[in-house]
Amino acid sequence: MKPAPTAATPAATSTAAPAPAGSPARDVAAAAPALALGDDALVLSHRLGEWAGHAPVLEEEVALANIALDLLGQARVLLSLVGDEDELAYLREERSFRNCQLVEQPNGDFAHTIARQLYFSTYQELLYGQLAVGDGPLAPLAAKAVKEVAYHRDHAEQWTLRLGDGTQESHERIQRGLDALWRFTGELFEPVTGLDLDLTALHDDWITRIASVLTRATLTVPQGASRGAWTAGAGRQGLHTESFGRMLAEMQHLHRSHPGATW
Amino acid sequence: MTTIAPDAESLAVLEAGFDAAVAADERIEPRDWMPDAYRASLVRQIAQHAHSEIIGMQPEANWITRAPSLRRKAILMAKVQDEAGHGLYLYSAAETLGVGRDELLGKLHSGRQKYSSIFNYPTLTWADVGAIGWLVDGAAITNQVPLCRCSYGPYARAMVRVCKEESFHQRQGYELLLALSRGTDAQHAMAQDAVDRWWWPSLMMFGPPDDESAHSARSMAWKIKRHSNDELRQRFVDICVPQAESLGLTLPDPDLTWDEQRGHWNFGPIDWDEFREVLKGNGPCNEQRINQRRRAHEDGAWVRDAAAAYAAKHGEGNR
Repeated sequence: MKPAPTAATPAATSTAAPAPAGSPARDVAAAAPALALGDDALVLSHRLGEWAGHAPVLEEEVALANIALDLLGQARVLLSLVGDEDELAYLREERSFRNCQLVEQPNGDFAHTIARQLYFSTYQELLYGQLAVGDGPLAPLAAKAVKEVAYHRDHAEQWTLRLGDGTQESHERIQRGLDALWRFTGELFEPVTGLDLDLTALHDDWITRIASVLTRATLTVPQGASRGAWTAGAGRQGLHTESFGRMLAEMQHLHRSHPGATW
Repeated sequence: MTTIAPDAESLAVLEAGFDAAVAADERIEPRDWMPDAYRASLVRQIAQHAHSEIIGMQPEANWITRAPSLRRKAILMAKVQDEAGHGLYLYSAAETLGVGRDELLGKLHSGRQKYSSIFNYPTLTWADVGAIGWLVDGAAITNQVPLCRCSYGPYARAMVRVCKEESFHQRQGYELLLALSRGTDAQHAMAQDAVDRWWWPSLMMFGPPDDESAHSARSMAWKIKRHSNDELRQRFVDICVPQAESLGLTLPDPDLTWDEQRGHWNFGPIDWDEFREVLKGNGPCNEQRINQRRRAHEDGAWVRDAAAAYAAKHGEGNR
């Protein structure tokens, strides 16, 4: 039987990555950022996987699955820098996940999913772009992933344009999605331990790009707060939203029901 | 499509040309003249095949969010994605016969066209993903490999690609079951249970016995179909018996015996009452499958409307 990794991290202020017992991080310097970015990719891939069989048109079945597969591939590389990918995915408790809260938000309607994709893929493209030109341990992964993510961002932009400048109903729906998810975007620009990033540049570029797409789509950049008022922390500190626990319960139950089994 | 009706004499010439092309194993292409019944028969078969691909996504997608390892999750997502892709090629193949995807989806949603009855069975455990790959995709390949030589060009060419991907699907199913069979006692039992439930429905996938098959004889004459239902079913059983043994699993048929004279495995009687009942709509998941399909389509209507409105405003293909 595999040893269960450390469960919850009660102190919500630490950003240190919990290394699973028995599988020390293979690269200590890369562990914390790899866990954060790996969890982002893992969780968003899972959410997109929930669309299978429910997409509005057959082409989107293919596209959403494609994005989910790219993200899952990234997650597997990143988590393997930290430890055993399956132990990390299936045997951690909710409070040990380091993904941002944006990616765990439930799919909602197609517009809500596209709004989440637009915010996140634009961030991820800029982030990987910065990492790819650096010489850090994540540079090789970032260089490959940035090409994939450029497609994800293009997909989200194309749909944002169509929904924003399509019908009255689609316009209202996408604006609602953008507004509802806005308060999860501030967290994307919080420092991540071990990630050497120009966060100001990242944030400025992100806002510029988002504003440009939304304007072209006849939509409005949300004006509300870009983060919640609760100061206890956010996803990067292991503090998540209510639906995340239920998502993990579904994702982990079969693996956990057969301790030590191989699949 | 031809819009001017040919007179009787030229019709006879066209028919003779068509028959000669089929007899010579030449491919019929979309612009070639073809009898109306040939066209209708192909549309029926290709549509049913396309519908089966997209309905078939559901029982497997049921396990994407619960796949027990990241490797298995990636394989399963890729497989379900392939099925959506197969649906796309096949609807395109049907379009070459003058029938659009929307029209065919409408017929699926209203129950006027069918999909393979096998997808009306539920996927109750993770091992069902393996059993579907090994048995259901295995049976589909046995049916589909001869379709790569089908007389209608676009269908035959689509099937070449579909079969390559299906063969990967079948191998992943076999490999998934092998891992379970060699795993813990609970995993082995899960694999055996899945094979017990999927074996007979898989044999039904080849359709009714030859003497009761409504469309077989004509489809064979037109070389849309190359082998009879019973021939293909026998071929499948002969392939599966030794594979089950390698898997360390048993097939749930006490009558399976090697027939030295025929050079084939004998197998027990198939419960055709169950087959007819499931076909009629009385299977465990008929309603669930079609309802989910309709709901996805209806819930997506505003998205498709938005894309159409945008295209109208900005010109088709304007990105």
